[in-house]
Amino acid sequence: MDLSAINPILFIAGFLIAATPLIFAAIGELVVEKSGTLNLGVEGMMIIGAICGFATAVETGSPLLGFAAAAVGGALLSLLFAFLTQITLANQVASGLALTLFGLGLSALLGQTYVGIKPPRMADINFGPLAEIPVIGPILFTHDIILYLGLILVAATWAVLKFTRAGLILRAVGESHDAAHALGYKVVRIRTLAIMFGGACAGIGGAYISLIRVPQWTEGMTAGIGWIALALVVFASWKPWRLLLGAYLFGGITQLQLNLQGAGVAIPVEYLAMSPYVITIVVLVILSRDKSAAPASLGRTFHASN
Amino acid sequence: MTQTPLLHLTGLSKAYPGVVANDDVSLSIAPGEVHALLGENGAGKSTLVKMIYGLVKPDAGTMLMRGAPFAPPEPRAARAAGVGMVFQHFSLFDALSVAENIALGMENAPKMRALSQQIREVSDTYGLPLAPDRVVGDLSAGERQRVEIIRCLLQEPKLLIMDEPTSVLTPQEVEILFKTLRKLSGEGTAILYISHKLDEIRALCDAATILRLGKVVGHCTPAETSARDMAEMMVGSALKTPIRAGKTPGDVVLTLAGLSAPSPSAFGMPLRDISVEVRRGEILGIGGVAGNGQDELLSALSGEVLSPVGMVTFEGRDVGQLGPTPRRKMGMLSAPEERLGHAAAPEMSLTENALLTGAARENLDPRGVINWGAAQRFAQKIIERFDVRTPGPHNAARSLSGGNLQKFVIGREVLQRPDLLVVNQPTWGVDASAAASIRQALLDLAEGGTALIVISQDLDELMEISDRFAALNEGRLSEPRAAQGLSVEEIGLMMGGAHGMEVAHV
Repeated sequence: MDLSAINPILFIAGFLIAATPLIFAAIGELVVEKSGTLNLGVEGMMIIGAICGFATAVETGSPLLGFAAAAVGGALLSLLFAFLTQITLANQVASGLALTLFGLGLSALLGQTYVGIKPPRMADINFGPLAEIPVIGPILFTHDIILYLGLILVAATWAVLKFTRAGLILRAVGESHDAAHALGYKVVRIRTLAIMFGGACAGIGGAYISLIRVPQWTEGMTAGIGWIALALVVFASWKPWRLLLGAYLFGGITQLQLNLQGAGVAIPVEYLAMSPYVITIVVLVILSRDKSAAPASLGRTFHASN
Repeated sequence: MTQTPLLHLTGLSKAYPGVVANDDVSLSIAPGEVHALLGENGAGKSTLVKMIYGLVKPDAGTMLMRGAPFAPPEPRAARAAGVGMVFQHFSLFDALSVAENIALGMENAPKMRALSQQIREVSDTYGLPLAPDRVVGDLSAGERQRVEIIRCLLQEPKLLIMDEPTSVLTPQEVEILFKTLRKLSGEGTAILYISHKLDEIRALCDAATILRLGKVVGHCTPAETSARDMAEMMVGSALKTPIRAGKTPGDVVLTLAGLSAPSPSAFGMPLRDISVEVRRGEILGIGGVAGNGQDELLSALSGEVLSPVGMVTFEGRDVGQLGPTPRRKMGMLSAPEERLGHAAAPEMSLTENALLTGAARENLDPRGVINWGAAQRFAQKIIERFDVRTPGPHNAARSLSGGNLQKFVIGREVLQRPDLLVVNQPTWGVDASAAASIRQALLDLAEGGTALIVISQDLDELMEISDRFAALNEGRLSEPRAAQGLSVEEIGLMMGGAHGMEVAHV
């Protein structure tokens, strides 16, 4: 075992990358849940995004087009969920689980011919002299645009929810759909838009795994990140910044255990592999003491009956 | 009042599958008029105002606003035309602040800081103090109503619709509300006031329209019509007043000694040091504004929430650590407020619901095997004795109207020959004649030697049936006093007064 083999700069830069898929999926789900809908299909939408993004990037040669396609793919799949839960008033938990299973199956089918191919590489943003700064430069200024977009998205979501009327209406719908309806807000339309936003975000998160983090296509490659995203939203008490913290914790431990595996630590690989999931959940459970933060209408079916 | 009416309705009709909610309803409101809309539950009052507010589209009929056709496709349009509405079940968002709640009800909400300033100004003008940054979930019922009223007032409405506004207020709070409403009416705002509390209407309203089964059955001037006449127009038949026989209470059945319990939820209320004795044949009425510990007290008595040793004693036995079933076996029964979901399982049949609380005392499940025949006979007996209108005991609880289900839920407990019966809001949402029969059943039960605790927000009801009266305020129970001769002021003070509200500076 040789812990000195772990380069702290590469380690931190690596965990920022490991956390990004989770940030996208979780911030999307946060918006969905703030609108009062529980979509358990994050994993399915991520994997669809992963294959849509991968296939498009391979066919067109443009990773950015790939990410756009991933967002569209995720949003389209989430429309199915929106139709089931908002129009036909199906149970949200069952519909979400079905969406995950459907997404996993469909992505395997779409991805058959893409196994073993290398996708085009996404260029890092050129920050010029900033990247030359010792330590900080390689950690902060050597990444692709999507990673920075993820951070901007967290900040934007926080600001929109806190400071804008659109955010207020979204929170109001999640808090009491009956009261929002009585005031004349279009509950179903607002929730459908939120669900599509969540789908697009999950799709981008999935594509980040297949195009940048891994980068290749294998079946089921999202490996439960969608489920962690769901848990993260709850344990972050629906707060964007705390969610970012949780995502970094998860990314950090993931990266650490990979490095430890590489360094040959005498802990069985299975324990190391499960550690990010266990530690993230435990820490967030301890953090999330204020249970009242949940949107009051979360998971309840809305029907404008009277 | 010969000028053009502010709002004129002609021949409004609205039918839902199986029910005609409004049938050819016409009425007319002048500017500055306080117009009462009277009727039983299910008479179609709510549907009518929802049409004016643009939540429901009429099937037929026309509405004129100051002579011009008025057909709001959605509440937004109604608000733009100067119609404001204060809802019966508050349309507020618990987790949001007062200012955020108000912003949601406005078309072009100003920036939060400017809005907070406006809220302070309007609340000062009308004597409705309110802090804009407080979270609505922490407010009392009276304060929540102020949020709704101020939300309407900021839009400077021409017509203010108030749906049962006083059901959650103390008498002092009602007085303040009326002052505000009179001031508004003096400024030319018309008010459409929905209620079934006749004394209030007589005190406040200039004109009244009475609805029964969706039809207008009469107009009257409330100040010149007796409450009894109006009630009979509402119900369509003569009213029976419950009869109570004078009696002397017997032995102590229930003793609460310093009963305390923590709040069960974030927006609940802890019970604080409640001590009281209830005797055989006595009815203890417990008043108070909703949310001051009523549900928590019922839970502590029913056994849903256990209490430490020594706090709850029933017939000489400490029952604080016993759950609902052992308490029921001993004769300590209860009927909670929430009909669907607490008192009854909505999707289950009446027979099954009768079984759920009756099994222990009526021996409907000997050795764990359900005796369906006996359960059905028990359900049938409740239906017959309490005049529950339903095709039969196999019908789901949800299919019954609120009043009928309430008769069933109360009847189910009364017929189990309780030694102590605790009921919460026994006649909530029940029409006047059904309410009278439920009250009579409770009086008869007390006559037979049962001790009763009746928790209610309807003070008239409590004064009518209780021997002693106490009030819950902030989880504390006031000293019980003989109900006869208590004045409204005294009751109001027992309920906690006006909760710090100021009288409008008119």
